[in-house]
Amino acid sequence: MDWQFIFSQALTQAIGPTMLVYALGAIGLNLQFGYTGLLNFGQAAFAAMGAYGLALSVVAWGLPFWWGIVIGLAAACVMALLLGIPTLRLRADYLAIVTIAAAEIVRRLARATVWSDTTGGSDGMRGFSEPFFELIPWDREATWTFLFVSMDGGRLAVDFGIFELQYSYRDTWIMVVGWALVLLITGVMALLIHSPWGRVLKGIREDEEAVRSLGKNVFAYKMQALVMGGIIGAVAGFLFALSRANVQPDTFTTDFTFYFYVVLILGGAARIFGPVLGAALFWFLYNILSQGLSQAIRAEVIPPSVLDATQVGPLVFLLLGLGMVLLLIFRPQGLIGNRKELMFDVR
Amino acid sequence: MSDKEKAGKAAATAALAGVPAEPGAPKQDAILSATGVRRAFGGLVAVDVEHLEVQRGTITALIGPNGAGKTTFFNLVTGFDRPSRGEWDFDGRAAHRMRSYQVARAGMVRTFQLTKALTRMSVLDNMLIGAADQIGERMWAGLVPGVWKKQEAANRERAMELLERFKLVDKREHYAGELSGGQRKLLEMARALMLNPKMIMLDEPMAGVNPALKQSLLEHIKDLREDGMTVLFVEHDMDMVHEIADWVAVMAAGQLITEGTPDQISADQRVIDAYLGAHHDAAQH
Repeated sequence: MDWQFIFSQALTQAIGPTMLVYALGAIGLNLQFGYTGLLNFGQAAFAAMGAYGLALSVVAWGLPFWWGIVIGLAAACVMALLLGIPTLRLRADYLAIVTIAAAEIVRRLARATVWSDTTGGSDGMRGFSEPFFELIPWDREATWTFLFVSMDGGRLAVDFGIFELQYSYRDTWIMVVGWALVLLITGVMALLIHSPWGRVLKGIREDEEAVRSLGKNVFAYKMQALVMGGIIGAVAGFLFALSRANVQPDTFTTDFTFYFYVVLILGGAARIFGPVLGAALFWFLYNILSQGLSQAIRAEVIPPSVLDATQVGPLVFLLLGLGMVLLLIFRPQGLIGNRKELMFDVR
Repeated sequence: MSDKEKAGKAAATAALAGVPAEPGAPKQDAILSATGVRRAFGGLVAVDVEHLEVQRGTITALIGPNGAGKTTFFNLVTGFDRPSRGEWDFDGRAAHRMRSYQVARAGMVRTFQLTKALTRMSVLDNMLIGAADQIGERMWAGLVPGVWKKQEAANRERAMELLERFKLVDKREHYAGELSGGQRKLLEMARALMLNPKMIMLDEPMAGVNPALKQSLLEHIKDLREDGMTVLFVEHDMDMVHEIADWVAVMAAGQLITEGTPDQISADQRVIDAYLGAHHDAAQH
């Protein structure tokens, strides 16, 4: 078994494009769930708003790329308002029910055959990502080396001696933009959370009636958190669509939302860097288990009678689920959460 | 009794002198004046108060047996519940259409029967969140610390003064969830003061507080009057009512049955009937 390869692969993924999508989606959830206590079970739909907003604008309506971005963000904003207006005055669980249902409605609409000429139905759409990759400031011939980082024919390689991380020409661009967005949004979050505005959100999470009795318009704050978190979800959707160069309705199932929750809880909810660390760890573990098991089967360390290659996928999720249960028992605060906070009864 | 307290008590007594001991009695200078307030839950009429005025600058107790509708009445006037009908003015403004947060902004701040400390926030943050008109509570301003830092520093100073007064200053960095029940009551009261209220509504401030802390809580409530605030509180404990209330309003079965000074109320047969049931002496007849 090639441990070096397995680790290199897993590390490559742990800071790669998919991890960035999870990180962004979870940052949005962190604002909603971690800080404000809003149970948004429809983050996948907010990502879909971004992804489909962009794809429809560019492919179906022939609008410029940047219009697609604006439309995607606006769509997420409108969806947050539509979901929030009827539910945010009610108890927290109503939002959970409505968002999970709305997310399914969005996905079903996207794969509906009625307008499949426009949306591509269950096949989705492609051909909207070219303008994004045309922005890459280096060309496909770019070759240079700086310390342990090198570029060879437009591809990025990071050589740590034992491990080598490699990214394709396009993935490298996704990572540049994705990491810039993650850092920018994390910075904005840090400012907001440590401001009086963030303090009100945390107060609402603890007890919204108390905050109301102190003269704060709780509904407006919850709406702001829902919209902001949804917009960040749409940004995750852009990155997701661009990294795959397509949109497909069935990638926006509730599983997608729950991965965001796993990432958030793994990293530590209500912590600024929780989603980023959680995404890196989640995607590292997923990849090292998948790669490790596949390699072990190929090298016949695990005999085919015990496990065959097609069973690796389900087994990995089973193991991750088990890990999640153990985490909640032994370290419910996540990687960087504050255990002390969890010891109080919230209500 | 300190001089300040004597003066406060005397002023309140003078303001209430000559007010007849009857339900709905008009006051010289009512900060809260409610008329025809009714709240029905289906067929059950929880509150049906014809008229009630609360004199400015006094401590008024709202008493009554369990289920009399005291807390429901509290919820109505503070905007936490909607009445079936009824109108009330607070400090000269119609307040019956206001939402709870607008009521608080207008200067009527309440506490809760089950204390609502924000448990996973520090004691100091619990205080700071109470401050009114914070620039940094607007989302966009929150992004620019320079805009709100100065106001925050002033609020922090005020919060520290109040924590000092309520003897919580050593706990400022602790989570509110670490405080005892009595300390949470103190914190809730101190937090309400961060808003600079004109009137403060205390829902069973003594519930679950140990006797040692009770006395200090009583003093704090008297201080509110001495600082020019009006206090309306719900209470069961008649001893406490006697000790601090300038005026008492009695509710039973949703209605205001009588009003008066604590002495008048203790002697009132209707109150005894309401508490013990009208037929408690039936055996004698």
